[in-house]
Amino acid sequence: MTDARAASSASRLAGSIIPGAGHLAAGRAARGLTFLLPWLACASVAVGARHRIAAMPATGSLDDRIAVVTLGFLLVAIWVGAAFDLRSPPRVPGPGDSQWLIAARHFNRNRLAVAGSWLILALYAAMLLAPLLSPWDPIAQANISQTTFLPPSGQHLFGTDRLGRDIFSRVLYGSRISLTIGFVATAISVTLGTLLGAMAGYAGGRVDSVIMRFTDLVLSFPRLVLLILIVALFDRSLLVLILVLGLTQWPTTTRIVRGDVLSLREREFVQAAIALGYRTPRILFRHVIPNVLAPVIVSATLGIGNTIVLEAGLSFLGLGPPPPAPTWGGIVNDGGSSLINAWWVATFPGLTIVLVVLAFNLVGDGLRDALDPRLR
Amino acid sequence: MGSYVLRRLLGAIPLLLGIATLIFFVLHLAPGDPTAFLFGPGIPPEVIEQTRRNYGLDQPLALQYLHWIAAMARGDFGWSLTQGRTVSAILREALPNTIVLSLSTLILVFVLGVLTGVYQAVRQYTIGDNILSVAALFFYSMPSFWLAMMLVLIFALKAYQWGWPFALPATGITSVDYEFLSTAARIGDRLKYLVLPVTTLTLALVAGVSRYARGQMLEVVRQDFIRTARAKGLPESRVILKHALRNSLIPVITLLGLYLPFLFSGAVFVEYIFAWPGMGRVIVDAILQRDYPVIMATSFIFSTLTVAGSLIADILYAWADPRIRYD
Repeated sequence: MTDARAASSASRLAGSIIPGAGHLAAGRAARGLTFLLPWLACASVAVGARHRIAAMPATGSLDDRIAVVTLGFLLVAIWVGAAFDLRSPPRVPGPGDSQWLIAARHFNRNRLAVAGSWLILALYAAMLLAPLLSPWDPIAQANISQTTFLPPSGQHLFGTDRLGRDIFSRVLYGSRISLTIGFVATAISVTLGTLLGAMAGYAGGRVDSVIMRFTDLVLSFPRLVLLILIVALFDRSLLVLILVLGLTQWPTTTRIVRGDVLSLREREFVQAAIALGYRTPRILFRHVIPNVLAPVIVSATLGIGNTIVLEAGLSFLGLGPPPPAPTWGGIVNDGGSSLINAWWVATFPGLTIVLVVLAFNLVGDGLRDALDPRLR
Repeated sequence: MGSYVLRRLLGAIPLLLGIATLIFFVLHLAPGDPTAFLFGPGIPPEVIEQTRRNYGLDQPLALQYLHWIAAMARGDFGWSLTQGRTVSAILREALPNTIVLSLSTLILVFVLGVLTGVYQAVRQYTIGDNILSVAALFFYSMPSFWLAMMLVLIFALKAYQWGWPFALPATGITSVDYEFLSTAARIGDRLKYLVLPVTTLTLALVAGVSRYARGQMLEVVRQDFIRTARAKGLPESRVILKHALRNSLIPVITLLGLYLPFLFSGAVFVEYIFAWPGMGRVIVDAILQRDYPVIMATSFIFSTLTVAGSLIADILYAWADPRIRYD
């Protein structure tokens, strides 16, 4: 008894110094590592960039400050999270568990999907920490005669391009454009798609047929052509890209949601809500939409990957944010003209796109399996 | 059946009209003038005015719209603003090239997709199934323009550099000396130029089909009539290839009709990279040069083919599956 108490207090002591160490001492290795490894990664970034952090108060730009604040937040948040997790007893599966908890447990068993979600988290962190991670400026050109087309090495992980810029830094900063567009555009399209689909399915009749005819129309329009058209004719700013990508992707979500709402409308709990005299918005937002969220989340996850590929395609055609802004598609296009003598310029940003999109697709598939009771 | 087809065909007309309207107004609400690209500085305003009048750009928008719709109904797509010939002439040149590319891709995607799907379903959860699933997702996640570039890098540029016997051409549709080749050599030449573009498109699209075919196959295999077939003592190959495959093919066919939009947008990149003179290139060039009549005609044709694809898919579905009745 005293031994067990001593061991537990020892593990608490270890855990209060290094997050996850307490879990390791208590024999919960897997859970401990999920705290320990990210924390160590953040700590090593802090150590590696200590000179720049020290110089920050004098010279730092807003970018740098955001990066430092993010780093500090991550270090503290992981530490606090680990400490709380160590104190609370491990959850055992039981009959009172919510649907989301059951789904989360299924998701955690899918190793590929878990790996994908870690990769996505790491990428979003890297996006915010970019100034501390990349030793080079993504845009400034140094002495071109000495730095042009350097092959990948310890100094330049992914090599340099025609103008002597470090590809790794450009890819890192490019993630800001791609990941932001992917996230915001998908948020727009999913919100719009869910609302339209719920309206069409719930109202039925004329509203339904008008919305669905319009959906068919947008679906049968070649999306890439529409995107190229609008971006080429209007403006190549980030805002236009986000709006255009967001406002052309909703039909798939609308179709899914409408189909589900059609059958939900006839279910007893919705009929009961109607009989109780609730107003339509309340029924829609409190009773109907929460029940279609599972497929919506899946389509949103897959949609982010899809949007990132599309954005890269537009940048590749020269229709993304104008140079010298680093975009993944734009770097691949740059590399296209020097494929023979500098294969690394086009290869690495493309590989990054593949990895990111693969991660989103793996997570989406994992969510689909976890959230749908029939597929568990 | 006949009335269903007729009803669907009639229903497609307002859809196409809506698409044409959308194209027209998106294009004409955009800032900028299509003739701006034709003139350098120092051109007298009367000339610009006359050109605008020649192209009918001085008329009110509503009138231009009606003219355009009426002309399209007659099959007249107007004159290109930048190429000095009719849009129909441009389309006649580009459309066959895109159709060759798309059709060969579609056939390959279908055959390969169904084969891998059936293999995966029969060997569910084995190593082979898992490897194929991950590989499919990998190619599915890949932007087609990057895949195209990597194929060019390895199978055209590096293969040539390293002296591999099968170095493939990276751009174009025929060799320079195509005119002087014999018929057999011509076919070989064209096939050689098809390999890389078709491979790119196929790899990008096959993942979805194989995955769908796998799911369908798994669903069919669990049904009672398959158990009956096995209980009768039929050999397993016959059960799978005859009884199960036929029933799982129906939804896959419809999927192919729905794949046309993806095929076209893939073709835009592939044609751009491989300098394939098809619709994708025409449309990108036209958009960048603001050649309004060409943009309107090409995007309308793309949309029409998309609508036709889903229509054919639905009709095939109704025809192939007697359980489905659309009345």
